[in-house]
Amino acid sequence: MARSGPIRILLAKPGLDGHDRGIRLVLRALRDAGMEVIYTGLRTTAEQIVKAAIEEDVEAIGLSSLSGAHETHFVEVSRFLKEENAEDILLFGGGIIPQQDIDSLKKAGFDHLYPPGTPLEQIVADLHHQLRPGEMENDNA
Amino acid sequence: MSAESPPPAEWKDRTWRPFVEGHPERAQEFLTSGGIPVEPMYSTDPASEGAGEYPFTRGIHPSMYRGRLWTMRQYAGYSSPAETNARFRYLLEKGQTGLSVAFDLPTQIGYDSDAPEAMGEVGRVGVPINTVDDLDALLAEIPIDSVSISMTINSTASILLSLLVALARRRGVPASKLRGTFQNDILKEFIARGTQRFPVEPSMRLVVDVIEYCQKEVPAFYPISISGYHIREAGSTAAQEIAFTLADGIAYMEACRDRGLDLVSVGRRLSFFFNSHNQLFEEVSKFRAARRMWARICRDRFGLDDDRACQLRFHSQTGGSTLQAMEPSNNVVRVTIQALAAVLGGTQSLHTNGWDEALSLPSEEAARLALRTQQIIASESGVADCVDPLGGAPFIENMTDAIEQEALSLIHEIDERGGMLKAIRDGYVRRAIEDSAYKSQLDQDSGKTTPIGVTRDGEIPEAPFSVDPAVETQRKEALSTHRAKRDQAEVESHLNHIEAAASGDSNMIPVMVDALEAGCTLGEICTTLSRVFGEFQDHG
Repeated sequence: MARSGPIRILLAKPGLDGHDRGIRLVLRALRDAGMEVIYTGLRTTAEQIVKAAIEEDVEAIGLSSLSGAHETHFVEVSRFLKEENAEDILLFGGGIIPQQDIDSLKKAGFDHLYPPGTPLEQIVADLHHQLRPGEMENDNA
Repeated sequence: MSAESPPPAEWKDRTWRPFVEGHPERAQEFLTSGGIPVEPMYSTDPASEGAGEYPFTRGIHPSMYRGRLWTMRQYAGYSSPAETNARFRYLLEKGQTGLSVAFDLPTQIGYDSDAPEAMGEVGRVGVPINTVDDLDALLAEIPIDSVSISMTINSTASILLSLLVALARRRGVPASKLRGTFQNDILKEFIARGTQRFPVEPSMRLVVDVIEYCQKEVPAFYPISISGYHIREAGSTAAQEIAFTLADGIAYMEACRDRGLDLVSVGRRLSFFFNSHNQLFEEVSKFRAARRMWARICRDRFGLDDDRACQLRFHSQTGGSTLQAMEPSNNVVRVTIQALAAVLGGTQSLHTNGWDEALSLPSEEAARLALRTQQIIASESGVADCVDPLGGAPFIENMTDAIEQEALSLIHEIDERGGMLKAIRDGYVRRAIEDSAYKSQLDQDSGKTTPIGVTRDGEIPEAPFSVDPAVETQRKEALSTHRAKRDQAEVESHLNHIEAAASGDSNMIPVMVDALEAGCTLGEICTTLSRVFGEFQDHG
């Protein structure tokens, strides 16, 4: 089931939030870890994000929001993914996501939600672990 | 300046005494808790400049907080105009001395609350303001001719200015009585904050329209607050923060010169906005360096021979990115250190963050504690009784020089690249900030700079504050009522005037005021402008 070769990731900022320090750091860390990463820039809609993810044949989508609109936008992305039968694409998110919203986002399909300050290596490791489990074991051997 | 008779004696006679004759200090004399008199300023270097003297390293006024304390200005806004009005009145009642409006993202970018782009964002990070009625509700029972109002608004600053002018007319208040500050700093939106709606050139035109209009009609307003705050939040170093901010300042001065505005008048109404982070002495030195650098830029680059025009006045805010979600009450201590740095650095106004802001917007209790933190520094610590109390310390003077040197070389780099607009366009500024952000994140990840109380598996408490999502529906209903009661033909005709004005080169504010008085909305005006100006597009 798992692919081989470089992991392909799409990073996006849905909605109007302009805080992109976090997502740009993640972008850099994932690229430094050898992943192929597409970042679609500020102010994208859920529909645009899902379309780009399918066209670019990515294995995971990472979303960032620090404006409090994550519930709306993150859930929209997961809904469009379902509509497109692309639920095999992994979802993760980051930003200021209150603890009380995390459960509902996990139910909507988000595997990881990273608060500000999360070590970049943790995000890299989580993606490796889920998308290239075999390679991780090799690394450790 | 002669070296024979050292300040403070000579400085007191030369600068301090003439000033306090016209601006009495808060007390006849200032004493420590043990009764020892406190001089207005101390100095170990007889040749050095004193406070209130060019290039103002030690402070822009001779008596600083001995004359008047800084303005305690807490940034607030959320949900609806009426709810934000209630928070404003609460803060004023607790002794806050100026208002500061946080707008929601749709308002900042130019969308009405019922636009599809606004979905999920209405009232989240600030208050939605689309019409004169909205602004009237936001400022209900607040005297706009005496309370100063700061507005964090950039892309749509021209529209908020127009709304305020329209509201003043409605209330019978002369525009000349309005006091406050518009952020109106579009360049740092492109660099670090991300609410730009139009491309750079038309955006700059609107910035200068606001400055020009205020100069003539709203002279007590500061029409721009050139901001390093967000540059620092995006991850810059202290030296990058002031270098890029002052380089933005240079770009605005050049744009005003190109418009033919009198630069002395412009200079006298410029203000700045800086961040205050945890490293106390680095921050104090940064503020001192920025003051000195800007004074020299005004005199040497722009030939301004006017003290007030060369003075760097600034607002400061404690560093949002330093707040931690784990063990969040520790943030009270961080905020206190940062606030102290801003005061020791000579700020003119200050916002202290709520301890819970890594989790959500601040609760009312956290907002009160943040304000109380400033009041305790002001009234109980004694730091307000002496001007630039750290000045003259070898560490501070050396650090001031070092930050100045680094910032000067960055400004030189920008000059070499053909100025700030070009440096923004070629990606230099963003890249430089991102390099610093990446380095500091890696330092934190490696455990070199882990904040106290933060652990890998530490718990994050629940957010103390949330915005009721019903506000979006209420806003949609209110706007549809508003649209229904207008004269549609009149609205169309005003929007046509705006389109024509945008295509020309006259000041946009008067046509915007007319349009808003006729019931046009912020979103309608921005849609009209985007037909002429185009839209900013981010390609990642």
